[in-house]
Amino acid sequence: MTIDQLSIFVENSPGRLAEIADILGNAGIDLRAVSIADTRDFGILRVITSDPARATEILRAEDCVVSVTPVLAVAIEDTPGSLSRVLRVLADVGISIEYLYAFITRKRDSAYVIFRVEDNERAIEAFAAHGVKTAGAAELYAL
Amino acid sequence: MNYYQSEMECASPEAMRALQSERLVKAVRHVYDNVPYYRNKMADIGLEPQDVRSMDDLRKLPFLTKDDLKTAYPYGLLAKPLADCVRIQSTSGTTGKRVVAFYTQNDIDVWDECCARAIVAAGGSREDVVHVCYGYGLFTGGPGLNGGSHKVGSLTLPMSSGNTERQLQFMIDLEATILCCTPSYAAFLAESLIAQGLRDQIKLKAGIFGAEAWSEEMRRDIEDKLGIKAYDIYGLTEVTGPGVSFECSEQTGMHVNEDHFVAEIIDPETGEVLPDGSKGELVFTCISKEAFPLLRYRTRDICVLSRKECSCGRTLVKMARLMGRTDDMLIIRGVNVFPSQIETVLLRAGYPSNYQIIIDRVHHTDSFEVKVEMTQEMFDDTVKRIEAREAELLSALRAMLGISPKVTLVAPRSIARSEGKAVRVIDKRKI
Ligand SMILES: [Zn+2]
Repeated sequence: MTIDQLSIFVENSPGRLAEIADILGNAGIDLRAVSIADTRDFGILRVITSDPARATEILRAEDCVVSVTPVLAVAIEDTPGSLSRVLRVLADVGISIEYLYAFITRKRDSAYVIFRVEDNERAIEAFAAHGVKTAGAAELYAL
Repeated sequence: MNYYQSEMECASPEAMRALQSERLVKAVRHVYDNVPYYRNKMADIGLEPQDVRSMDDLRKLPFLTKDDLKTAYPYGLLAKPLADCVRIQSTSGTTGKRVVAFYTQNDIDVWDECCARAIVAAGGSREDVVHVCYGYGLFTGGPGLNGGSHKVGSLTLPMSSGNTERQLQFMIDLEATILCCTPSYAAFLAESLIAQGLRDQIKLKAGIFGAEAWSEEMRRDIEDKLGIKAYDIYGLTEVTGPGVSFECSEQTGMHVNEDHFVAEIIDPETGEVLPDGSKGELVFTCISKEAFPLLRYRTRDICVLSRKECSCGRTLVKMARLMGRTDDMLIIRGVNVFPSQIETVLLRAGYPSNYQIIIDRVHHTDSFEVKVEMTQEMFDDTVKRIEAREAELLSALRAMLGISPKVTLVAPRSIARSEGKAVRVIDKRKI
């Protein structure tokens, strides 16, 4: 299963990030996870939200550039070594990772890792073969 | 291959140069004797008419600019008694005042012949029906092509501009074969024909389009939509009107009618004459005109001249499509940069043409930044792919401009616009 992540172009200017956060906040969009990739010139804000379709619509209406990318969410135990175990699964079948970020939840004693890989199907198979479950939207948003 | 005046259009370079020399000497004498304004300009630099003995001396002559036309308005550059003039044409000058040009009957004949060359180069003959929907009146477009079509002996439809329904009706009913208008009007007519399902009822084979800047992409679009060959034509009222140069079957630039109009390319900053193939400001010297013979008139148009052999057989020098105006030119790190070049690169690479150039001087060096608005299409969720696109854009800009800007991607619609028009250039340098 994949979930939809929003990637938002962030112009490299003071306050731009806060503006985007305001747009989402004012619209009542709840953020499950947030990560930012930044370069010298610009940033990409990546968010997992409970309503990606509506968030996209709202952001685009405010002239933000947004893309929706299917990514994988994997629940891992909040213990040492658990991240390396899932990374090993992908490495062993030669799937390279574009980027990843993790977030912990309060409700459960676990963390989620968001993976952006080239080939979601193959990654899901590899995870399944090793008993690693990918979380669907329902599970993630219910947190 | 058909020519209207092959002896001129295909003359040997030596013969052409000899003719130009002979005509130039006469033209200099003519303005010196008849135009006090010009005589004073020559006197200012200590130049006598006998100092100009051949084309080699052309560069000794002072330049004329739009400001001279403004100062001398309306009769100050007239070289014939008004009684000898039969026509005026006029254009709105960029400097505010209108430009008024005068013509004797001979001037009109020469102009018409120049346009006739363009029509023949586009495949026209007395069998053709030439549909002219450039404006008639003070604007040179209509009268120029109308006169050219008469010279060729084609049936001329003096449609003038506007009234699209009537244009289409005549085009179809009278079986027009050659269309003369601005490229944007041609594109509009093409769309209208297609929208009304009339596309297969036209007999057009060629179009002669000028009086405004257009791109190669636009040419292909018009050609596909109308099923014709589209030819560029160039001219300006100050020099004569359309027909100063025209395109041939090769469609790679416009042959200058240099038996009448001598073209030079100069460095717009220094006025130095540049060799063929260099990019610079186009300067024209009218060597056969009687009433309004401007010598070394600076057009402010930027282009390149080429003497490469042309497959059409004409030996007339060719000028490339215009690359911009000197008014828009920026000098960055000593290199001439035109905003239009940046626009071309952006459009080719799929970015919106809403860009902004920011120039500053940091530690005695020019900083040069191009801000480009990010689009939904160009965006990606990975830094790697955005940076790869950025790098492609940068190398395309470097190839076009000869220097490297810093490219900054900005949010859509974030580039400042004043009254709906974007501010393209911000030059912060204090020099
Ligand atoms: Zn040619």
